[in-house]
Amino acid sequence: MAQMLLRTPLHDRHLALGARMVPFAGWEMPVQYEGVILEHRAVRADCGVFDVSHMGEFEVEGPRATALLQATLSNDLDKIGPGQAQYTLLTNDRGGIIDDLIVYRLDDFRFLLIVNAANREVDLHWLKEREIPGSDVRDVSDEYALLAVQGPRAIERLGLPEAAQFTFAEGEIDGVQCMVNRTGYTGEQGCEILVMAEDAVDLWDRVLARGAVPCGLGARDTLRLEASLPLHGNDITPDTDAISAGLGWCCALDKEFSGAAELRELKARGPKRKLVSFVMEEKAVPRQGMTIEGGGEVTSGTHSPMLDRGIGMGYVPAGSATPDTELVLDVRGKSRRARVVKRPIYKREE
Amino acid sequence: MAASETYPEDLRYHAEHDWARIEGDEAVLGITWFAQDALGELVHYEPPNEGDTIAKDSAYGEVESVKAVSDVIAPLSGEVLEVNAKVVEEPETVNDDPYGHGWLVRVRLTNPAEAESLLGVDAYKQVVAEA
Repeated sequence: MAQMLLRTPLHDRHLALGARMVPFAGWEMPVQYEGVILEHRAVRADCGVFDVSHMGEFEVEGPRATALLQATLSNDLDKIGPGQAQYTLLTNDRGGIIDDLIVYRLDDFRFLLIVNAANREVDLHWLKEREIPGSDVRDVSDEYALLAVQGPRAIERLGLPEAAQFTFAEGEIDGVQCMVNRTGYTGEQGCEILVMAEDAVDLWDRVLARGAVPCGLGARDTLRLEASLPLHGNDITPDTDAISAGLGWCCALDKEFSGAAELRELKARGPKRKLVSFVMEEKAVPRQGMTIEGGGEVTSGTHSPMLDRGIGMGYVPAGSATPDTELVLDVRGKSRRARVVKRPIYKREE
Repeated sequence: MAASETYPEDLRYHAEHDWARIEGDEAVLGITWFAQDALGELVHYEPPNEGDTIAKDSAYGEVESVKAVSDVIAPLSGEVLEVNAKVVEEPETVNDDPYGHGWLVRVRLTNPAEAESLLGVDAYKQVVAEA
């Protein structure tokens, strides 16, 4: 029997717009409306909106909520105060990445975690198992919808004030109450808006009325890859670690958390392989799973609409990880050259 | 701008969503509107070499969109006389004009009788309706 796919509160809106729906992490999600490249360009040039309500939300609350999260998340929560957010990793005992997520400090005793849809169950189980008296973890995903509004004109189109990246505030868009987070997954300015599920359709309609172009998961993937942002499940997994993935910057190795000792050791001796971003030198589209000559593997690949060539990320031996190193990919039996580039792969010239 | 759904009367079709325009002992081959729509905007065309021999029902090239790669199946056997260089440079030409400027190869047929096994437009439309 076919597994039932979950639907976001905006499902009917997607169908009405003629979206192509696909299964993703147990959800039925729009992969594109008009076309991936058009949607991609809209976000780079102006403003696009993505329904990312499939993502999970947890509330962690209590006098010892901070202690629980400091022991399970890689980044240091003492660096952020109420109203601030932080990119962080949920790590296992080996320092592997169970998930990457953003934690929002609501107040001194209350946090919101926004996690990947595919990892919602695993994350919840991991945190619940480690709950300590005075900390309570609740999955509140079903109460909310989440819209990502991204692009150089996103904030202006929404009529929102300027604010620093990785901050958040209560807000209102044309009468709809919401939480406006200055975060995103495209490399552009913009925000992610958390709204009560029952208000999602109203918010969506207002955001479209303000000129945002509806964008699907297809453009979300090409945008994040141009921005060299890793995707959990592809580029980072429970079997890969933050040091090799170049995510040491969000690991506070001076505190204790799951796998911290392993990560310290790995950092001291240097990782064998490193995650790099690369651009194809020849016509070819790299894809996940392709081999890189000399002992590497592509973890994400696509065609970059902005550069009009193949781009990707993958693990290569540490000696081949410096920018400008030439790589050779096996593209279904044909050798195709690529070059390691500095992250991000694409950045708009201001 | 993407073309709208059409299946010209004068073409012969293969159920793998390929078409052939037969002109004497030569044919021009391409993919149908349905195929390009299913793939989305094409970003890469990996063609055969001119002079290669291609075999009916076998892959002779690849087309790729942002999300997917697909073999292109030969509706007829032949020798590749010409690859459409415009599509190599601008793969989206296939989306814009799948039966015109978006053709993929021109071949000299090695077994013209194979054409009898291809579908007419009505039979192919039935394939699309059931896809």
